[in-house]
Amino acid sequence: MKKIQILGTGCAKCNDLAENARKAAANLGIEVEFEKITNLNDIVKFGVMTTPGLVIDGKVVSQGKLLKPEQIMAFLQK
Amino acid sequence: MNWKEEWKSLALILVVFGACYYLPVEWLRDSRRVDNALWEALHLVNWYAREHVLLCLVPAFFIAGAVGVFVSQAAVMRYLGPRANKFLAYGVASVSGSVLAVCSCTILPLFAGIYRMGAGLGPASAFLYSGPAINILAIVLTTAVLGPELGTARAVGAVVFSIVIGLAMHFIFRREELAKVEAAAAMPEPEVARPLWQNALYFASMVGILVFANWGRPSGGYPLFQVIYANKWAITILFALALALILVNWFGVTAWKMLLAAAPVVLLAMVFPEQPTLAFVAGVIGLVVLTQRGSKDENGELQEWFDTSWDFAKKILPLLLYGVLISGALLGRPGHEGLIPSQWIAGIVGGNSFAANFFSSLVGAFMYFATLTEVPILQGLIGAGMGKGPALALLLAGPALSLPNMLVIRSVMGTKKTVVFVGLVVIMATITGMLYGALFA
Repeated sequence: MKKIQILGTGCAKCNDLAENARKAAANLGIEVEFEKITNLNDIVKFGVMTTPGLVIDGKVVSQGKLLKPEQIMAFLQK
Repeated sequence: MNWKEEWKSLALILVVFGACYYLPVEWLRDSRRVDNALWEALHLVNWYAREHVLLCLVPAFFIAGAVGVFVSQAAVMRYLGPRANKFLAYGVASVSGSVLAVCSCTILPLFAGIYRMGAGLGPASAFLYSGPAINILAIVLTTAVLGPELGTARAVGAVVFSIVIGLAMHFIFRREELAKVEAAAAMPEPEVARPLWQNALYFASMVGILVFANWGRPSGGYPLFQVIYANKWAITILFALALALILVNWFGVTAWKMLLAAAPVVLLAMVFPEQPTLAFVAGVIGLVVLTQRGSKDENGELQEWFDTSWDFAKKILPLLLYGVLISGALLGRPGHEGLIPSQWIAGIVGGNSFAANFFSSLVGAFMYFATLTEVPILQGLIGAGMGKGPALALLLAGPALSLPNMLVIRSVMGTKKTVVFVGLVVIMATITGMLYGALFA
């Protein structure tokens, strides 16, 4: 099972990213564990300075961008 | 009943009850203040819609969107990293807000990052302070509505004092060792799609359109400004032409599509030369179609540009509408009173006394201004008799800080540093306001 973490302080883009990630996982039919990280100190611990950030299995795959579901699917399939 | 929890509700009920009990209904009706407030709100919204939306805000949204897409945050952050040159870091931190930050949801993570992973407390404080004040939308609207004098003072004041505040924070807390976060900032490598000078020209052409389309009728005797005003649309057309060429040559817009988009603009400009706004609107629509549905350029940059600009427009326009309505209802236009009597405003923040400046920076620091709403509010306050010094003090302390934002800052750097930071901002804003008020009285 993959673990997806969304880093963001709660702005609209972060919620959109979470939604797109959910769609991506549903399209692929894989089971994922979701976590939203909203505390700035925890976000910084990932080395991310531009939100929203997308973390898959503990690895930062994107930051500062609102990815489309297809783009997230590509990351999930790796 | 748990009174530790319930007292807030009780207090709220008592306050509302008290207000209703003592509401001066007769007086309000006789003074026609409520009627006036409604008309003032509508007048102000009408004025904004006519004067500032099409020529000023629309291009500014496109520029802000372009900043979000084409300016690489990674490239700027290189100068704010842990091994950055300290002098350079302060300089970059104090001006980078203009190209990085458009709303506070981007400023706070960058601030936390610079503080915990990068150049440290000083540059982080400088960035936090200057960011909201010098972002491109804020400067454009301040200059257009409140005049170039206050617009320039706001930008320059924010940059200069951000450096002073950054250095002061660094000096006050110089003995503290910060447990730096191990994870070195893993900024993505900047993807270079085109050389810097091409991007610079692209931004210059858009800023040119924005500046000259809004060139106001000069009041003074500068002959150069008169000449520019007389030819402002010719100059704007030149910049628009430059933008079109840049988009075709460097951004992969096909030439025939550009010609197709430009045709209605040229036609409208020829048929209705006295109504340049028509051609301008046609140009904006053409640009929207080109960027949104346009060519399949390799990485969808143009589409991203449009999406980001659209996001800003969606986010900011409603806030601005409410801001203008409320400000019009409460404060009215210059020479027309809204709900709040002008005497009160003039009594508290009129003139340029220490008390007036201090009061407006303190209120500004704690109050929350949604993006850009500080401009109509300040316009109302100035019309009602606020002095120039206190106005600048409010602009400098206001957008940088608010109570909710202080709580986030506190969670990042602790109570003591937050208190010192807020104190410095209030003191600096007060002093700057007094200086400005004395110089430009």
